[in-house]
Amino acid sequence: MILQMGWRNIWRNKRRTAVILTAVIIGVWSMIFLGALMRGFSDRMRQNGIATLTGHLQVHRAGFRNDPVIENRITSPAAVLDALEILPEGARWTPRIRVNAVAGNARHSAGITLVGIDPGREAAVSFIGDAVRQGRYLQQEDPLGIVVGEAFVRKFETRLGNKLVLMSQDANGEIASRAFRIVGIFDAELESTEKQFGFVHIAASRKMLGVGDDICEVAVLLPSHRQVEAAAESLRQRLPEDTYTVETWKDLLPIVRETLEIYDVFIFIWFLAVFIAMGFGLVNTILMAVFERIREFGLMRSLGMLPRLVVVEVLAESFFLLVLGMAAGNLIGLLSVWALSVNGIDLSAFSAGMEFAGMSRIIFPVLVARDIFTANATVFLMGLAVSLYPAVKAARINPVEAMARP
Amino acid sequence: MKSIRNIVECRDVTKIYDQGRVKVTALKAVSLEIERGGFIAVAGPSGSGKTTLLNIFGGLDVPDQGTVSVDGELLNDMSQSALAKLRLHKVGFVFQSYNLIPVLSAIENVEFCMLLQGVPAAERRRRARSMLDDVGLEDKYDRRPAELSGGQQQRVAVARAIVSNPVMVLADEPTANLDSKTGEGLLQLMREMNEDKGVTFIFSTHDKMVMDYARRLVVLRDGAVAEDAQR
Ligand SMILES: Nc1ncnc2c1ncn2[C@@H]1O[C@H](COP(=O)(O)OP(=O)(O)O)[C@@H](O)[C@H]1O
Ligand SMILES: [Mg+2]
Repeated sequence: MILQMGWRNIWRNKRRTAVILTAVIIGVWSMIFLGALMRGFSDRMRQNGIATLTGHLQVHRAGFRNDPVIENRITSPAAVLDALEILPEGARWTPRIRVNAVAGNARHSAGITLVGIDPGREAAVSFIGDAVRQGRYLQQEDPLGIVVGEAFVRKFETRLGNKLVLMSQDANGEIASRAFRIVGIFDAELESTEKQFGFVHIAASRKMLGVGDDICEVAVLLPSHRQVEAAAESLRQRLPEDTYTVETWKDLLPIVRETLEIYDVFIFIWFLAVFIAMGFGLVNTILMAVFERIREFGLMRSLGMLPRLVVVEVLAESFFLLVLGMAAGNLIGLLSVWALSVNGIDLSAFSAGMEFAGMSRIIFPVLVARDIFTANATVFLMGLAVSLYPAVKAARINPVEAMARP
Repeated sequence: MKSIRNIVECRDVTKIYDQGRVKVTALKAVSLEIERGGFIAVAGPSGSGKTTLLNIFGGLDVPDQGTVSVDGELLNDMSQSALAKLRLHKVGFVFQSYNLIPVLSAIENVEFCMLLQGVPAAERRRRARSMLDDVGLEDKYDRRPAELSGGQQQRVAVARAIVSNPVMVLADEPTANLDSKTGEGLLQLMREMNEDKGVTFIFSTHDKMVMDYARRLVVLRDGAVAEDAQR
C-alpha cells in the first residue's frame, strides 16, 4: 500500500509529473542516443584505422618506424614468419613491402606509399581486398599491375589501363624505377587513403627494389581486438627486441587512440551533465511535493508511522518517476538509434575537417549493452540517491507542528 | 501495575512553549486521571491548552515538567520511535480536519494503521469493512476523501481510530468543522462506540452542545484545570 501511495501521489500534480518525466526521458534518451553515436564514431574510427593497412599489430625491423626506408627491411623473414605460429587460432597475417615512392605520368607526379602485397593474404587482413570499384584486384601473378585510389586517379587525370611510373630507392641506394599499368581503382572511407596508397604485387616490388625475398612489415589481424595485448606480448617474447619491434594498433595509430580516449571522457562528461540537470529537477520536484504535503506527513507520523517508512514512501514516488522516465527514454532511444541504423548519419559536409582523425563520412550508431546499462544504472541509482534528501526531510517533519498548521 | 482502571495518569504536567523572548505556558501543573471506558470532554476557550493536553496524552508531545503515563507506561523518557509505537498500538486519533490521507480510499484509510501494525491483508480488509459498516459508510468503501462530505470524512477517521483496538481515542475538536446537526451525528456515533464497544474517548471542544454528550467534563482555563465533573 505504501508503494500504491507513492504511485498515486505522483499523479496528484500531473503537470509537474509531466515536466519531470519529460526531463528524465530527454536525459535517458540523450544518454543512449548520443552514447550510441559516439560509440559508432569511435568503433568506425578504430575499424577504419585497423583496416587501412594497420591491422591489430605489426612487426617491423627495429628502426623502420622512425625511418621507413628499404635499408630497414626485415632481411630474414623466415624467422619472423616462424614466430607467427604462436598467434591464437583464427589469426591472419600478411607480409608487405612498403616504401615511399614517387608516382608520375605525363602530367603529374606525387609522393605515394608503394605497398607490395600478397594478394590472397592481404585480402584477409585489410580493406583493399574488397575495395576495388573499377577494374580488378591484383592477381596471384601480376608483375605489372597497380591498384590506386579513386581520388588519385582524378588528381592524376588518368584512368584504368594507363601507365604509371614509380620511382624509389632500391636496396643498393640507387634510384629504381618501373612502369606499372593501372588495373584497378579502389574506394576508401577517406580521400587521403585513396591518394596515399598504390598497391602492387609483392614479387613486383621486390624485384623493383632488388631485395630478394625480404619484407618490410607483417600485419596481423586477430579474431578479436581483446586479444591484441596478449598476442603482442607473446610475439615480443619470440622476437629479439633489438632486431624487431612489435606494435599494436594503439601504438601505430596514436591519434586514433587519443581521440577514442577523448570520446570516452566526453561521454562521461555528457552523462554527468545530463545527470546533474536531471538530478536537480528531480530533487526540486520531490521537494515541492513534500512541502505541499507537510500536513499529510504530519498526520502519518501522528498515526505512528515510523520515519523510515516515510522515507520509503517518498522514495517510491521518485522510483516511479525514474522507472517511467527511463522506460520511455530507453524506448525512444532505441527507436531513434534503430531509425538511424538503416542509413546512418551522413557527415560528408563536415568530413573535410574530420578526416584527420580517421573519421568516416557516414556514421552508424552502435548500441552497446554496457553503455545502456551504465546510462540506466547511473540515472536510477543516482536518482534515488539524490531523492534521499527530500525523503529524509519529509521523515523529519514534526507531527505536532505540522498538524498545527492552518 | 499500580492502577488498571486508569488509562492515563498525569501529574503536575507543565508545558511551556519557548518562542525566543516570549514564553507561553500552555499547561500549568495539570494533574488528571482518565478512567478506562470513559467518555470525557476537555472543554475551554481557544488557547486554553486543550490541544496541548491531548497531544501529551497521545505521546505526540512531551511535558516540560511532570509525568504522564498511558496504559501503565511512563511516556517521559520514551524515545521518538517508542512514542511512535505507542501511538500506533495504543492510541486512536481523530483530528479537527485533514484527517485522512487523500490518495487512499475510505477503506484504505481505515486499513492504514493496521497496515503499519502488520495486520495481514485479508484480516485488515475484513475488519475495515465491518468498521465502515458500523459507522454507516457501507456504500462508500472506495470513495477518496475528496469525494466524501466533512461528516463522512470524520466518520472514516473515527473508524480508523477504533479499528485497531486502541486503549483510547483522542479527538481534538472533531466537530469543529461540521455543522451542528452533522456534529451531533458524529457524537452519537462516538457515544455508541463507547457504549457498545467500551472504547474510551477523550475529545476536546468549546461547543456547549458537544459538552452535553460527555459523561465527564474537564474544563481548562489558561492551561489549568478549572473544573472536573462527572455528569
Ligand atoms: N507550537 C507552539 N508554539 C508556541 N506556542 C504554542 C504552540 N502550540 C500551542 N501554543 C500556545 O499554547 C497555548 C495553548 O494552545 P492550545 O493547546 O493549542 O490551545 P487550544 O487547543 O485550547 O486552543 C496557546 O496560547 C498557544 O498559542
Ligand atoms: Mg486546539
